[in-house]
Amino acid sequence: MSAKIRKIATWVEETHTEMGRPIAPPTRKAVAAAVIENPFAGQYVEDLSDLMDIGAELGGLLGARAVAALGIEPAQAESYGKAAMVGENGELEHAAAILHPKLGAPLRNSVEKAAALVPSSKKRGGPGQDLDVPLGHKDAAYVRSHFDGVEVRLNDAPRAGEILVAVAVTDSGRPLPRVGGLTHAEAEGKDGLR
Amino acid sequence: MPELDIRKRILTIEEIFHEGGPAPDTPRLRGAIFTVLTNPFARRYEPQIQGFMEDLKPMGYDMAQQLATALGGADNVDGYGKASLVGAAGELEHGALWHAPGGYAMREVLGEARAIVPSSKKVGGIGARLDVPITHINASYVRSHFDSMEIGLSDAPRADELLFALVMTSGPRIHSRSGGLEARDIKEKDGLR
Repeated sequence: MSAKIRKIATWVEETHTEMGRPIAPPTRKAVAAAVIENPFAGQYVEDLSDLMDIGAELGGLLGARAVAALGIEPAQAESYGKAAMVGENGELEHAAAILHPKLGAPLRNSVEKAAALVPSSKKRGGPGQDLDVPLGHKDAAYVRSHFDGVEVRLNDAPRAGEILVAVAVTDSGRPLPRVGGLTHAEAEGKDGLR
Repeated sequence: MPELDIRKRILTIEEIFHEGGPAPDTPRLRGAIFTVLTNPFARRYEPQIQGFMEDLKPMGYDMAQQLATALGGADNVDGYGKASLVGAAGELEHGALWHAPGGYAMREVLGEARAIVPSSKKVGGIGARLDVPITHINASYVRSHFDSMEIGLSDAPRADELLFALVMTSGPRIHSRSGGLEARDIKEKDGLR
């Protein structure tokens, strides 16, 4: 089954100054989000494999959209994240089926390498509700400067029978990182952690 | 006048495929670009504020260009709107300073655009949302293009900041069928019909 998409929205956020300090070049985050029909809204369905396939499709599509929105080469991506918000007639497990089994591999292809876990969040919600997409370094999860998040919100989604699926990609960490820990430059990126 | 102190810029594009009805071949596009910058007049009453409009012009032009490009070029754009959101230590009047630079910038980028640019403005806090009105660029009465786009940002505007927005669209509402003047029937050159 392929996704029945009502909308795709992309969002690029650039931070030019923070606490009065210039950020040059600006730090940048992109989110690509799709609003899809939930094929299992209003019913309990045991086998969620259709949603897993939709997850694979959206991982590639939204990953590529987010990278394109930043105007970067895939290898220039530094961190990523994913999240889903299920409309009120759906089940939290529907978000899990989209996000976890198959979405990651095509997303990793669209940002290259990407050994680290893709951080995620999920919830049930209605139109206009905020969804915070967690962000972590794509090659080494312990890179402290890249722990972050980005908010996505569409005033008309998700409707009761829909799911909002979001993928976030950045080409940078936080604007003024200074809490120590592993740095981007030090990361080896082999085991996905350090 | 000091240089603009820009903290953030957001570019967001919605591609709308359908809204429960038959999906047209071409999705509708709705885009917004907005800039968060320091309000040079915050926390006081400043009688002379008009010089700031000149300072905003290059930024407005830049934003209009970026947004039109993101929508596939100026030829694709047939709807527009603009808005300002003033942080809590500012005055509604500061939001009005966006009218001239925002509107002229879009006209400069879009070429012929006869209709008045619809707008909204308000004072608000961090996370406030703003509905930006949209009408057809050449004739305000084109019913298929009446719309609005909600924008906002979780961390702006801070009390001393301004948020200035431009919105452009490509195509009518996705299932437009409420009658009235259609874009193909625009006859006058008055910006209205």
